[in-house]
Amino acid sequence: MKVLVAVKRVIDAYVKVRVKSDGSGVETANVKMSMNPFCEIAVEEAVRLKEQGIASEVVVVSCGPQVNQETIRTALAMGADRGILVQSDEELQPLGIAKLLKSVVEKEQPDLVLLGKQAVDNDFNQTGQMLSALLGWSQGTFASKIEQQDGKLRVTREIDGGLETLDLATPTIVTADLRLNEPRYASLPNIMKAKKKPIETIEAEELGLDIAPRLKVLNVSEPPARQAGVRVESIADLVDKLKNEAKVI
Amino acid sequence: MSILVIADHENDALGSATLSTLNAAQQIAAKGGGDIHVLVAGKGCAEAAKAAQTLPEVKKVLLADSEEYDHLLAENVAPLVVKLAEGYDYVLAGSATFGKNVLPRAAALLDVQPISDIVAVESGDTFVRPIYAGNALSKVQSGDAKKLISVRGTAFDAVPAEGGSAELETLEGTGDSGLSSHVGSELTQSERPELTTARVVISGGRGMQSGDNFVILERVADKLGAALGASRAAVDAGFVPNDYQVGQTGKVVAPELYIAVGISGAIQHLAGMKDSKVIVAINKDEEAPIFQVADYGLVADLFEAVPELEKALDQ
Ligand SMILES: Cc1cc2nc3c(=O)[nH]c(=O)nc-3n(C[C@H](O)[C@H](O)[C@H](O)COP(=O)(O)OP(=O)(O)OC[C@H]3O[C@@H](n4cnc5c(N)ncnc54)[C@H](O)[C@@H]3O)c2cc1C
Ligand SMILES: Nc1ncnc2c1ncn2[C@@H]1O[C@H](COP(=O)(O)O)[C@@H](O)[C@H]1O
Repeated sequence: MKVLVAVKRVIDAYVKVRVKSDGSGVETANVKMSMNPFCEIAVEEAVRLKEQGIASEVVVVSCGPQVNQETIRTALAMGADRGILVQSDEELQPLGIAKLLKSVVEKEQPDLVLLGKQAVDNDFNQTGQMLSALLGWSQGTFASKIEQQDGKLRVTREIDGGLETLDLATPTIVTADLRLNEPRYASLPNIMKAKKKPIETIEAEELGLDIAPRLKVLNVSEPPARQAGVRVESIADLVDKLKNEAKVI
Repeated sequence: MSILVIADHENDALGSATLSTLNAAQQIAAKGGGDIHVLVAGKGCAEAAKAAQTLPEVKKVLLADSEEYDHLLAENVAPLVVKLAEGYDYVLAGSATFGKNVLPRAAALLDVQPISDIVAVESGDTFVRPIYAGNALSKVQSGDAKKLISVRGTAFDAVPAEGGSAELETLEGTGDSGLSSHVGSELTQSERPELTTARVVISGGRGMQSGDNFVILERVADKLGAALGASRAAVDAGFVPNDYQVGQTGKVVAPELYIAVGISGAIQHLAGMKDSKVIVAINKDEEAPIFQVADYGLVADLFEAVPELEKALDQ
């Protein structure tokens, strides 16, 4: 089984983002960037499939500017075999990214494409579902478990009411949720080895797809701040305040 | 001009997400969006469709009750949405797991860039949505002719479930894609109110130390008629099931009262609860960031404070 993993470079999940004063976006200068945490989980799963002898090759793809090579390298250091950068300096949105990924899928012919369930910058939670639709494939979103079942993939999904298990015809798309696995840290020797692994570059423009953004960001603003409240000294004090001041119990 | 709302339902009743999504639909209608129709797709969901007929300002309910919509597999429901979308300018769904799973799939087939998780309707084509775990609000204008939108439930009050008298139209199924099949579900059974709509939520974090210890929160929850929630750390540690998780990538809640117990207050957790009306934090670390958003903070050991709270509520 050949596995393709789509990875996104985002502001590190633990950075407190700051909105730019002109409302044009959030501050990205001198801010720590990392692989989207859900993509790390997707890469980890692919590498484990390879270690179990289920996957024969793990290819990582990222769409965006040249610096996304760093994110691809991180995935290679975790154990992926090679990388593809779909190079574009323009703003990309999930529909456009899904179209770019579709063309990579058509070229690479993987049996499984793993994505993160959500990118923690835009919080869209769309790309995997959209790629699956464009390919006419099955989809297993928000996966917490993946098992191979004679020609099919059995995926357990995290849903509002609990868990749900589906059998998916392959080739298929799976998006990783938090409980799928715990991603490894790349070891130093593996980081060194990753430097020699190949990364191919495809120019997004040359694919001739309509990837222009459909959503125009008019303004980015700071949400209303919450006032820090008071410290209470005891449970009695707390219950009194909830009853008589906040009137919520 | 018209709006299609895809209902969230449990076959015999509408899900709470439908009522908030309808509020957003009404706001779009008021800005020139036109008539509102509701789609109820599923297997054995006639009762839910009946309930949808009484929703206010709904002109028509479309019932697609067919074998292939059992368990609402995205591969089967998306083609139905695509087929219907021809006749609508807007397609809305709640941003619960069903909407998140199906709406982008339908959107891609329509060559539309969907707008996830809106929290405000600015005009017929402009909407506000949180980004970066709610640390910023992005106002976006859609250039697509059709707009596919998922609606954050906590940002729109539920409309009353009565007052309307919509006509009912039954639809033919669009067939089974054969791509996926449902094997089983493991749903959390609970007598407590649903997390996303409960008036009071009490959540436990890593500080709870074990799943068994959640019993002390349950006792308080029973007294307050509260739903139980948790941080990611508590779910990851296996204290409670995944559907308890509140946060950026779990559920978003905005109850009248949110009580965070043994939760530090990471941004990803705050993303799911900081719009609660009153926040209480119980944590033994006075530096814990949760205190920066709490209206009432108690620095205490939870294993003493929570049983004490339970007793105090009796008085
Ligand atoms: C991509 C991504 C998505 C995420 N999504 C979510 C999400 O949706 N929801 C979410 O919650 N998190 C999410 N997280 C995780 C988040 O960053 C934090 O790790 C998590 O919220 C921490 O949980 P916690 O507060 O229970 O644990 P900790 O941070 O370990 O805090 C435990 C707290 O308990 C207190 N405590 C311990 N013992 C006691 C005691 N006896 N009495 C009183 N207090 C005590 C401690 O002082 C401490 O403040 C996400 C992270 C990432 C990277
Ligand atoms: N620019 C990108 N390049 C490669 N993969 C991406 C990109 N953007 C999003 N993805 C994938 O899609 C997932 C979901 O992203 P989103 O739909 O934006 O929330 C991510 O976790 C990635 O796996």
